[in-house]
Amino acid sequence: MGNKISLQMVSQMSSGGHQEGSDVLDSQDRARFDQLVLPHVDAAFNLARWLLRGRADAEDVAQDAMLRAFRFFRGFHGGDARAWILQIVRNTCYSWLEKNRPLELTTEFDEELYSQPGATPETLAIAGDNRQRLTRALEDLPPRFREILVLRELEGCSYKEIAAVTSVPIGTVMSTLARARHRLQRVLTEADPKKNQEANRGL
Amino acid sequence: MGCELTQSVLHGYLDGELDAARAADFERHLVSCSECVGALEALETLRASLQRAGLYERAPLALHQKIRAAREAPAAVGAPITGMSRPASWRWLAAAAAFVLAAFLGWRLIPGLRGGGTETSFASAIVDAHLRSLQPGHLEDVISTDQHTVKPWFAGKLDFAPPVQDLASAGFPLEGGRLDVVHGRSVAVLVYADRKHLINVFIWPTTERGYLVRSGSQLGYHWVDWRKDGMEMCAVSDVNPADLDQLRQLLTE
Repeated sequence: MGNKISLQMVSQMSSGGHQEGSDVLDSQDRARFDQLVLPHVDAAFNLARWLLRGRADAEDVAQDAMLRAFRFFRGFHGGDARAWILQIVRNTCYSWLEKNRPLELTTEFDEELYSQPGATPETLAIAGDNRQRLTRALEDLPPRFREILVLRELEGCSYKEIAAVTSVPIGTVMSTLARARHRLQRVLTEADPKKNQEANRGL
Repeated sequence: MGCELTQSVLHGYLDGELDAARAADFERHLVSCSECVGALEALETLRASLQRAGLYERAPLALHQKIRAAREAPAAVGAPITGMSRPASWRWLAAAAAFVLAAFLGWRLIPGLRGGGTETSFASAIVDAHLRSLQPGHLEDVISTDQHTVKPWFAGKLDFAPPVQDLASAGFPLEGGRLDVVHGRSVAVLVYADRKHLINVFIWPTTERGYLVRSGSQLGYHWVDWRKDGMEMCAVSDVNPADLDQLRQLLTE
């Protein structure tokens, strides 16, 4: 993941033809940055918040990502500014996770580990609260599933935008979404049958 | 058993991503596949609950401010990027950023310092009120998509009756309303949605005549201000200026 980021930065830098750190945008570029990128601060924060599962870390990382975007803004030659900034946010989040919470990434594809998530008494207790229950269920998903649901359902991104943000083919977007939704449904419906089971056992 | 389309094409259909021919094919398939119909219903329920639960978390005002301030200061641009949580350099940067922001606001708010002083100050106040409204719990005092609920809610809370209309059919559903204070004056605010974006429309009475429409951008937000029937209205949002002006035209009609 780290390699991907540095490669991407290199390509952005070389396409801009500027050296890292020496980029000081002129007022025209800055106005363009304000117009194109600043409206997406909420989107940047929201994606970071869900990938990192916390507001404080998300604030730091989203800020980092926005400053990266500012530094590499000359490499942005128009197109979808939201997808461009979200791609940087996503990459910054993954580097941060790699460095600070590598376990979250290594367990990403362990389907078994996640097949019985969150059926703790705690989840059952909050099962009545829709928002908390959904938050918990989303946070229990592997990052790759979580991000695609956030991009599609909360951010309203098209498949094309999601493909750009997550660097995968559009066909993969559809199949990943299918798996992510399937998993989320399972997590949400699992809590209830377990509660029933326990209730039955008590009888 | 199991229809394999539930794990593929069905999602493209749900998301409106199929071309017309494939969508029509899938609809023909739906007629004979109860499994897909059931799956589609379940997914629509899932989507509705995700969207209704208010899971979207907006950036705190402090983050908006830090980013704006940091991009004003060339020193911040070259600052090293670290992956650490709140390293010391950020505190230093935040202090520098706060200083720059204070200087920046001071410059903007001192009237007469620049030609368009009054208008800039007006725009600052409106954009600040807009940003404040995006903080959790600050957006709406009355949450309703029904104009007949929102309008009476204002009665008795203000010394004027703001016009309230839902524009859902034109793509701007009414989300609710609230009271706010701009430049020391109580104003009514209507909140409209434009897809994922929010638009605040500030309304207060005016004795000034004229139908001059003013607009501008500040800090990445756009605003447009106009007068109608003794009311001054100002719409602010991060939607593009064309959409904002479309809302203005709808409200002026």
